[in-house]
Amino acid sequence: MIVGSQKPIDEIWNMVKDYKKVLVFGCNTCVAICHAGGEKEAETIASLIRMKASQEGAQMTVDHMGVMRHCEPEYFEPALDKVRSYDLVLSTACGVGVNFLSDRTGTVPVYPGINTSFYGAVEAPGVFKELCAGCGNCILHLTGGLCPIARCSKTLMNGPCGGTNKGKCEVGPEVDCVWFQIVERMTKLGKLEKLAEIQPPRNWSTSRDGGPRRISMEHIREFEEKEAAKTGK
Amino acid sequence: MKSGSTLEKVLASGQPAVTAELGPPMSADGHEVVKKAQLLKGFCDAANITDCQTAVVRISSIAAAAIAYQNGLEPVMQMTCRDRNRIAIQADLLGAAALGLKNCLCLAGDHQKFSAAGKLKGHPGAKNVYDVDTCQLVGILKKMRDEGKQEGGDPLEVAPQFFVGASWTPMGDPIDFRPINLLKKVNAGADFIQTQGIYDMELFRKQMEKIRNMGLHERTAILAGIIVPKSAMMLKYMDSSVAGVSVPKEMIDRMNKAKAAAGEDKKKMKELQEQEGIKIAIELIQQALETPGVKGVHIQAIEWESAIEGIVKAAGLYPRPQV
Repeated sequence: MIVGSQKPIDEIWNMVKDYKKVLVFGCNTCVAICHAGGEKEAETIASLIRMKASQEGAQMTVDHMGVMRHCEPEYFEPALDKVRSYDLVLSTACGVGVNFLSDRTGTVPVYPGINTSFYGAVEAPGVFKELCAGCGNCILHLTGGLCPIARCSKTLMNGPCGGTNKGKCEVGPEVDCVWFQIVERMTKLGKLEKLAEIQPPRNWSTSRDGGPRRISMEHIREFEEKEAAKTGK
Repeated sequence: MKSGSTLEKVLASGQPAVTAELGPPMSADGHEVVKKAQLLKGFCDAANITDCQTAVVRISSIAAAAIAYQNGLEPVMQMTCRDRNRIAIQADLLGAAALGLKNCLCLAGDHQKFSAAGKLKGHPGAKNVYDVDTCQLVGILKKMRDEGKQEGGDPLEVAPQFFVGASWTPMGDPIDFRPINLLKKVNAGADFIQTQGIYDMELFRKQMEKIRNMGLHERTAILAGIIVPKSAMMLKYMDSSVAGVSVPKEMIDRMNKAKAAAGEDKKKMKELQEQEGIKIAIELIQQALETPGVKGVHIQAIEWESAIEGIVKAAGLYPRPQV
């Protein structure tokens, strides 16, 4: 899932202080699971802004609401008229949600209420860990299922480097060296010899480096169009 | 000959090679490079010119290497993968070759977080590149030289002729994988290898035995890394904090003893430890060169280039061969 973390209230206040009618808009999927930007967190942020406004003597109305997903029109379109009635939307969805909404709110600005951190998993209650970089060219079959692009500080394809120290990364003792783990895992899988193969320079054009990425599934589009025609929608 | 560099020629002659290290300054002071080059000239076959080591901004390796070269010291330019993508890397390699540089050491590079680890502010918020890694970089240099092609496949009318090096941490974690690590660099095309600093010679010898069994010592020239110790504190730090370096307790004790002999005299404490450090370095050099499969030494006297002359002479490695 996409993991995010709330921005400091002072940073949020600087974004919203000049607006009179603010909607804190939560997203109840990924960022709700990581307790950063669901409807519940949107409610908390709204009351923090109200407190700050009263401390600063600012007159503003701050409401909150949430929808299931900011990244699909069917979830937020029913709420769009209401959303457009505000001066500012502070979205606590991930960056995808902020972008997607910004393309659809006309003259109403959409600002980010959280920092979108990474694609990760729940390692332990309240602990989220980055496990995928969304690089667009998965090589996990070569590395025992552990990703050096997301988890190595240097995105090395032929690791480990000389900075591995007692299983930790040179960046700090709190960071595991994923190449140390890859070697362990491949040994356990009986496939260590695979790591002797040199991985050639990558084609990063499938990653952020190729510009904004888009996937178009024609068969899904056609199917949906046919269904819509059948039902007369 | 691949490059015709002095380092390559000395290794080809079968004599033990000596490389040293020159750290460029954190300012535009080219004279500093000249001064350091003069301290090293004649006492090594080539000197590594570090490429913003510990991610601290300094005169670039290529520029400092060119200055060293113009002043009669053969440089080993360093190229890290941290700061440049493959376009910048290859452009710099072409430029370096055009300037007359012949040796290049390929490195991953220290993470930018190191730049603020000491007293410096550094640039810990910098974005690192790592478009390619060390193995891939070695392959790029080999392809440019031997196939006359850029990484992308475009032809090079005049190909850069580098003697290609890589680093190796023989005792790094996970230690059983380190020989495979070296194998990959050799397969990628590393002509020579400079190792991480070695203090635990016994462990190094065990790793070298594995390397000989794999035949790697015949496919690449391994130069054992010797970091000249300056103090007991430095040895303790290296033992506890530097990746892939373990220092035997006896060596730390020995340095502590040298320190204790100075009593309360701080200046003497420094002097005696430095003298002991030089002795240790000389012994390590001799032990390394006695290790089968080792073709030379890479001596690093960090910010202490003046120590090299005495060490090289006392180790019986002076004068350097005329090749």
